[in-house]
Amino acid sequence: MLLPGAVYFLIFHFLPMGGLVVAFKDYRMTEGIVGSPWAGLDNFRDLFLNEQFPNALRNTLVIAALRLGLGFFAPIILALLLNELRVRWFKRTVQTITYLPFFFSWVILGGIFLMLFSTTGPMNSILATFGIDPIPFLTSGPWFITVLVVTGIWQSIGYGAVIYLAALTGIEVQLYEAAAIDGAGRWKQTRHITLPGLTPVMIVLFILSVGQLLSAGFDQIYNMYNPLVFESTDIIDTYVLRQLQGLDFGVATAAGMFKSVVGLMLIIGTNALANRLSGGEQGLW
Amino acid sequence: MKRTRGEKIFNWINIALLVALAFLSLYPFIYVFSMSLSTAAEANRDGLHLYPRDISFDAYKAVFTNPAIWIGYVNAIFRTVVGTALTVVVTCLCAYPLSKKHLPGRRPILFAMLITMLFQGGLVPMYLLINGIGLIDSLWVYVLPVLTSAFNIILVKNFFEAIPESLEEAACIDGAGPWRTLFQIYVPLSKPILATVALWTAVMHWNMWFDALLYINDENKLVLQMFLRRIVVENSTQLIEQGLVNPDVTQFTAETIKAATVVVTILPMLALYPFVQRYFVKGIMVGGVKG
Repeated sequence: MLLPGAVYFLIFHFLPMGGLVVAFKDYRMTEGIVGSPWAGLDNFRDLFLNEQFPNALRNTLVIAALRLGLGFFAPIILALLLNELRVRWFKRTVQTITYLPFFFSWVILGGIFLMLFSTTGPMNSILATFGIDPIPFLTSGPWFITVLVVTGIWQSIGYGAVIYLAALTGIEVQLYEAAAIDGAGRWKQTRHITLPGLTPVMIVLFILSVGQLLSAGFDQIYNMYNPLVFESTDIIDTYVLRQLQGLDFGVATAAGMFKSVVGLMLIIGTNALANRLSGGEQGLW
Repeated sequence: MKRTRGEKIFNWINIALLVALAFLSLYPFIYVFSMSLSTAAEANRDGLHLYPRDISFDAYKAVFTNPAIWIGYVNAIFRTVVGTALTVVVTCLCAYPLSKKHLPGRRPILFAMLITMLFQGGLVPMYLLINGIGLIDSLWVYVLPVLTSAFNIILVKNFFEAIPESLEEAACIDGAGPWRTLFQIYVPLSKPILATVALWTAVMHWNMWFDALLYINDENKLVLQMFLRRIVVENSTQLIEQGLVNPDVTQFTAETIKAATVVVTILPMLALYPFVQRYFVKGIMVGGVKG
């Protein structure tokens, strides 16, 4: 029974890991992976000596830090606000609606946002009614990154909130009752019961998003960026894809490997940190 | 419970805030719907476009007479249906033996699967592999590389482990082999988790476009998302470039046609969403909380 699964994992997961040797080779199409000559660390040297990759790395870190810094707390706040609602159908409706954008690809969402934020689109026509000149949302680097971060949060806030709401149902009601008897108001209950109750889930989600840090939302960027904001939004993944399309396999593999290895170290490091801070209880493993 | 004045005020602000947020979540979709039904003149009007003042179905006529859309639809349905079915079957086949504590080599196998969750070969080795095994320009490239995942297997395995051993022993005494036990006892009892896995997989398939971009050159094998990408994303990006040279060009491509193409792509999911969303919530509760 395990056979189809085993074959699948060997071919589509472990074989590509072995394929990482291309990063250390001067890869030539005609000679294949085995036949191509070894290149030592040449590909990595090329990677860091050209201007594009360090720039892509910097962009990745900036965009990812903004995403993580702002995007991590947004779903927690939404979950807390939803949790305060007493009317169940209203709570469920808001939850369902805010969750909706998570189910659409960035081809769809990117397409819509390119229309919404264009110079003649509705965002700028709202600004115009307040007498504000059109803002080049899509063509100026800082504005474009703002749009990326905000629409990124917009897409995933409902999904994150559902996870936190699920965790909230696990907090014992007696804790709130006891706190109310002791005279704690809603705010104090949130501060001293709800937030500590959510901490384990926060840590798990934080570790997972740190592991994704270097991806910086490739799907979204690739479907929204244009040559005018290239300089500030070229990230590692877009760089790798471009090298692949330019048939520079060695350098592309080296860049991809750099990303995978750093991602792995980040996730292991964050997990170790979470374990140490909590006395070995709250890490992923 | 009695509420203080401050709590009442907070409550109303909270409601107002959440209504605003819900509107923001929906607005981009309202906008494309409205645009897709607008006449060209109406689409060019400034404003929010909450509803079309002049209705026209021309954009939909243009979209539906484009044969590429139909090709994309057929291929997207193929990958979604075949891909999801195979994922559910293969995931069950892996999860069942792994749910048995006495399986030899169980721990190393689980550990190896865990590694695949944390570390991937990346884009280029994957491309060379797909190229090497001749999947370029084959419809199977949509299905095989995402056949199952460690996450799915562990999710289903955990569910299987909660099913009482005594059921399996009873089936064994009645002469059922492992295959029959799996498909006639375990699978029917695991419908909720399998529905969740199936729905997530189906959504993923419907939304995937990157594999088509990388591995498919044959126009007849592209999926809907790729055609959408061409019509909506690449078109807009070109417009931004041209618009700088000549601002009048921005009015050139029919925004209504882009909007109608978006609507045609999201409609199947939007129509199903109210009915299946509870499975997604359930899936997150089972899987997300303790990944």
